[in-house]
Amino acid sequence: MIAVRPKLAVIKFASCDGCQLSLLSLEDELLTIARAVQISHFAEASSRLEPGPYDLTLVEGSITTPEDRHRLKKLREDSKLLITIGACATSGGVQALRNFASHDDFMRAVYARPDFIETLATSTPIAAHVKVDFELRGCPIDKHQLLEVIASLLAGHRPRTSTESVCQACKRRGNVCVVVAQNLPCLGPVTHSGCGAICPTYDRGCYGCFGPTVQPNTVALSDHLLSGRVNESEAAMLMHGINAYAPEFATEGQRLWQLAGLPKTLHSSLQPARHEEPSA
Amino acid sequence: MSASETSARAIRVPILTRVEGEGSLLIKLRAREIVDVQLAIYEPPRLFESLLRGRPFADVADITARICGICPIAYQMTAVQALEAAFSVSVHPEIRSLRRLMYCGEWIESHALHVHLLQAPDFFGLDSGIELAERFPDEVKRGLRLKKIGNTLLETLGGRAIHPVNLAVGGYYRLPKAADLKALIADFEWGLEAAIDTVRWVSTIPLPSIELPYDYVAIQHPSEYGIIEGEVVCSDGLRIPHTAYEQHYAEVQVPHSTALQSRRIPSGSSYFVGPLARMNLNREQLAEPAKRIADEIDFPTPCFNAYYGILARSIEVVHAFAEGLDHLRSYRGREQARAAFQIKRGSGCAVTEAPRGLIYHRYEVDDQGRIELAKIVPPTSQNQAQVEQDLRAFLPSLLDESDAEIALSCERFVRNYDPCISCSTHFLNLRIERE
Repeated sequence: MIAVRPKLAVIKFASCDGCQLSLLSLEDELLTIARAVQISHFAEASSRLEPGPYDLTLVEGSITTPEDRHRLKKLREDSKLLITIGACATSGGVQALRNFASHDDFMRAVYARPDFIETLATSTPIAAHVKVDFELRGCPIDKHQLLEVIASLLAGHRPRTSTESVCQACKRRGNVCVVVAQNLPCLGPVTHSGCGAICPTYDRGCYGCFGPTVQPNTVALSDHLLSGRVNESEAAMLMHGINAYAPEFATEGQRLWQLAGLPKTLHSSLQPARHEEPSA
Repeated sequence: MSASETSARAIRVPILTRVEGEGSLLIKLRAREIVDVQLAIYEPPRLFESLLRGRPFADVADITARICGICPIAYQMTAVQALEAAFSVSVHPEIRSLRRLMYCGEWIESHALHVHLLQAPDFFGLDSGIELAERFPDEVKRGLRLKKIGNTLLETLGGRAIHPVNLAVGGYYRLPKAADLKALIADFEWGLEAAIDTVRWVSTIPLPSIELPYDYVAIQHPSEYGIIEGEVVCSDGLRIPHTAYEQHYAEVQVPHSTALQSRRIPSGSSYFVGPLARMNLNREQLAEPAKRIADEIDFPTPCFNAYYGILARSIEVVHAFAEGLDHLRSYRGREQARAAFQIKRGSGCAVTEAPRGLIYHRYEVDDQGRIELAKIVPPTSQNQAQVEQDLRAFLPSLLDESDAEIALSCERFVRNYDPCISCSTHFLNLRIERE
């Protein structure tokens, strides 16, 4: 028996908890993982919170507040290996749609007193702030990929996760192409695989929740979309979805917004929030 | 009189653990007087209601799912039903049955997680479900298998368990094959018996006794345990159609604390949503096996002990397996996946019962089907005021304990609510250092 087990930390920033939940959703492997590593900091699962340094840190969520930016810098210093898990940590997540809008308008539409809240105008990925050793894609991540990443890193080699597009996984699954057969808008050709091509399997187009694949030809895909039933602003919103701030989707979305005749995005004039006054 | 009895004490739980999302707790005491109790949330706001505006209605289920990774079905189901109300769509009874089945899957995975990994360790002085598994290996493994069956059902119906992709306005994108659902029956038969055994195990755990006055709020349906539709009922007798929700329950921004909380109108009082509310209001409508086990363990009626939430959750797991079996057995899969409908300008709202309590959505849609306004009230923002009020009531019995003991007891108490802070789109980045 090796006495010293690697220390694992699971740390969250702005997110839905779904990616760290994937770890708890490894029902068959969870207790084995807990024996292989020392869970040093995983607030969703354990009340024992140990300070760093950590051997392996899994980071969920994006950076949206000044305090979180500071917390992340410290976390990086405390972490031998830092892995981002999921779309928020890797591309800023769905909340990065604010990056293309007026942040003040966004805040006023939700909060009657936005001045009370300390938050940044942008939602940014972890790699915009610190060095990241490996990025695991997906909204949510695939739990089997997570297992592969943890096992590989513990064994001391780089994880191997496929970088092909959703189309290739879709073909292998034996699906009839929803673009060819049903003329549905689908981001499959430009989206990173890992989900198992579930959307086309369920008779709908891919909406890009694993983010852009390597060297995606987004312009060609847009041309195809625009030749069908989709107009420029609809195509722009397809690019600007769960991974809106991933560079390839961000750039193409903005180009499409310009084609649609809109300066940046759709959120031009939001009405302020209407809140009840506190009752007596 | 010792110094500690005269000077101010501030007790902090810097990170609430074994809850979803991140928050903290601050309690300020002066001598034996409770100066302040704050459930402080540093979960950053993600502004979902803003980013939905202008988007096509079909995006709403995909985007609102991302509010919470533990209960995405609650968001998706409430969203599609609110939009169906806006477009005047009604779904086929078989689709409705499939939706209740799907919701049962989410209750199973969420409740099994909370019972075994998040809350049960508290009652044994343990830090995690993993430690609990060393002491109760069979019980925890059984709990993980129950959770897995819930997730497997969601994978079958929705493509994946977290942020499923199949629920659509009007029905589903694609219906499951009857054979794929029938294949789950054996697991559900095992699950029903295992869930009953789980209730028996949980009932042997000594729970602290504390009774507090509560106004319980849940949805109620004439012919079924309220999950996906019904009137909004309060234990004080108030019964309203769900369309009148905003006239009786409102989110207020409390200036001194900067947190949005739901309160009753016009009293401004707090209320309690979740499994305990549902058990108190709708117990007679539980599936027979759930009703029998509730009687067997003498689950009290009414029940005003928040710690009994763990029992209510485990009884609801029995219900979800029993009801789920009925849906699995009756499914034929011969209907159209989605009802046809016309996109039109309008507004619609819906309520459902998320694992941790009532959730309300309302949308206004333009004539192109784009979202003009979104309003989302998650369960945890409704319970937040109740949590703070409970702690004020609970604290006097603890004042002779050390700060560490008080902090631990309060944190455990908060976990009764299974708070889902990621869900709480309206919780603010609260500054807790105040005079």
